[in-house]
Amino acid sequence: MTDLLFVLFSALALLCGFLTVANPFTRSPVASALFLVLTMVWLAGLFVLLHAFFIAAVQILVYAGAVMVLFLFVIMLLDLREEERRRWNRFGVAAGLISVLGLLGITAVTLLRATPDGTGDAQLEGATHALGLMLFRQYLLPFEIVSVLLLVAMLGVILLSKRELK
Amino acid sequence: MDWQFLAFSLAKILVVFAVVMTMVAYAVLVERKVSAFIQDRVGPNRANPFFARYIPYLGMKLVRWGIFQPMADALKAILKEDYTPAHVRKVYFWIAPALAMVPALLTLAVIPFGSQLGAQKMVIADLDVGVLYTFGIVSLGVYGIVLAGYAANSKYPFLGGIRSSAQMISYEIAMGLSVIPVFLLVGSLNLSDVIGAQSGSLLAWHVFKQPVAFFVFLVAAFAETNRLPFDLPEAETELVGGYHTEYSSMKFALFFLGEYAAMISVSAMMVTLFFGGWTLPFLGLDQPAQSLWVGLLHILIFFLKLCVLLVGIIWVRWMLPRFRYDQLMDLGWRRFIPVALANIVVTAGVLAMMHR
Amino acid sequence: MIVERKPLNLAERLYIPAVANGFKVTWRHFKRTLFEGRTAAGDTAGGFHPEVPWRVGEGYRGAPYLVRDQDGATKCVSCQLCEFVCPPKAIRITPPGPDGAPADRRNAEKMPREFEINMLRCIFCGYCQEVCPEEAIFLQRDYSLSGTSRAEMIYDKEKLLALGGAHAGLRKWKQKEDEARAQEAFPPAAS
Ligand code: SF4
Ligand code: SF4
Repeated sequence: MTDLLFVLFSALALLCGFLTVANPFTRSPVASALFLVLTMVWLAGLFVLLHAFFIAAVQILVYAGAVMVLFLFVIMLLDLREEERRRWNRFGVAAGLISVLGLLGITAVTLLRATPDGTGDAQLEGATHALGLMLFRQYLLPFEIVSVLLLVAMLGVILLSKRELK
Repeated sequence: MDWQFLAFSLAKILVVFAVVMTMVAYAVLVERKVSAFIQDRVGPNRANPFFARYIPYLGMKLVRWGIFQPMADALKAILKEDYTPAHVRKVYFWIAPALAMVPALLTLAVIPFGSQLGAQKMVIADLDVGVLYTFGIVSLGVYGIVLAGYAANSKYPFLGGIRSSAQMISYEIAMGLSVIPVFLLVGSLNLSDVIGAQSGSLLAWHVFKQPVAFFVFLVAAFAETNRLPFDLPEAETELVGGYHTEYSSMKFALFFLGEYAAMISVSAMMVTLFFGGWTLPFLGLDQPAQSLWVGLLHILIFFLKLCVLLVGIIWVRWMLPRFRYDQLMDLGWRRFIPVALANIVVTAGVLAMMHR
Repeated sequence: MIVERKPLNLAERLYIPAVANGFKVTWRHFKRTLFEGRTAAGDTAGGFHPEVPWRVGEGYRGAPYLVRDQDGATKCVSCQLCEFVCPPKAIRITPPGPDGAPADRRNAEKMPREFEINMLRCIFCGYCQEVCPEEAIFLQRDYSLSGTSRAEMIYDKEKLLALGGAHAGLRKWKQKEDEARAQEAFPPAAS
């Protein structure tokens, strides 16, 4: 049962992920955004199979529920036709390649390090309590760095939008 | 696979679904009746099916109370012409109504609507992250509206969709922050634990322990369900119905009923989080039921609390005028979010002092 | 008059008086209707709509119908202004054309061959009445139109004329003059 669901969820996640970036039927950004939402949902399903309920819920809540809605919001306000016309952009390709390669690297390292039979860090499973303790004790520094990163992004947005006002 | 578990879960899902759909239908009736009474009218009192005559004594009374009106409404929604305007984006136009309806129903899965019947806990899924699940699902509710606005491909629905996405995101934050103190008090995200923490006395109810949290949650709930005074995505008088302007027949009905289903699930959340769920602090009704009758009584208590809150929400619609959009945003970002944050800090501080 | 806006005090900014008063008013009406059985319709008309027909007030804008003049002739001259102005495009006029029948009255050249108003589209806005140079179309008292098909709700010329009847204000040009006077005069005379 679990295996079946795993295959189902990962296949759907891959399919939706593919349709997000290269949809053969339409180049509409809204469709891409929605497929990205679906990808998030299937990913959350995978997390549930891993008994990581907290991460699954947060995945839906934050990514599908908030971030993607903002994406949609912005996409709807933009001029879509221009976006549909444009094809390649050197900077975009370079940035995309770099991030994909980086992600590949991280995944490869993690996979190589993983023990084939172990269940990984059992503490991170399920219980929100344990997860919270880990986040605020063991991984406090990375956690804070990420929040500072978000703060920087926020400040950047404020700066950019205010400059246009002037 | 545990077949017994599957069978019981299926039964619970079916029963809850049936009850909630009936409640939705009758919530519409209550809304119409309450609004009629407030506006010196009588409300629906004519729906008169052929069999009403054969009900002794009560028959005509039921007709006058409009008990059969939901049936007529449903029939009308099904039989009406389902019109698809030529300019809409078909795919989104079709999935939007479903997306508006489903999240509201999904939320109910984690609400404990009673203690126990026999050995069965009266909750469909007793998740450890219960409340996060609800918030996750609630946050998906916005897609139905945004997509409806986008699919309709005309100006008023589009404005409605844009408004709703901004409004829902803003108030989701306030809503999420407002309940954190409650969970600080309880120490668990599981909704059954939340109810357990509110047993004992009336003052243990979180509405008395955390009035600020309750108030913020209440207001955010109005905004999340698009009810007046925050119904800007629909705003009949400005946007001729907002996101569902282009819809007709059953698709419109899905939006309409989705709103009431969302109301029910949000009220159920409030009952669970702030009003002690299925407990009452007298006669030992705050302990899980030992017998069948007490179990049923608990369900009844939950149901009654839910109805009181629903009528309250409905009443507010006819009491307060709609806010302006900038007032809404101002209220959300500059009033409620700081208040909710301060509430978290104060609660955490007090708890830390007490545990010292 | 200038209404002075006082700054709100704390309670008012928290919407407390607004909510309290709102509840007071709504509760008063709720109680009156539910427990004392009083309703607006019952108080003013003595009953409810289908049984007690609603008395249409003066100046009510109901369905637009064509009217005839004092001799029973068609007043409409097929100028198509109303067709042009109608916001939901509810009016459809077929002009007589070069070899169509002439008008059935002396001081007009032509009359419409066909004149249709789609009552499903009409929003009872009154623009057609406002724009008509011949005072040939008026919004009358019918407010409850119904039919069993869409085709049935498209009223043709015969039907519109039959429903419209002869209009009372027949002396058109004198009336125009009076109206103009009334608008010039200040302060406006109570007519
Ligand atoms: S009342 Fe308005 S909508 Fe109706 S026919 Fe006249 S102009 Fe058209
Ligand atoms: S009803 Fe009046 S405005 Fe319309 S075509 Fe006839 S004369 Fe012209």
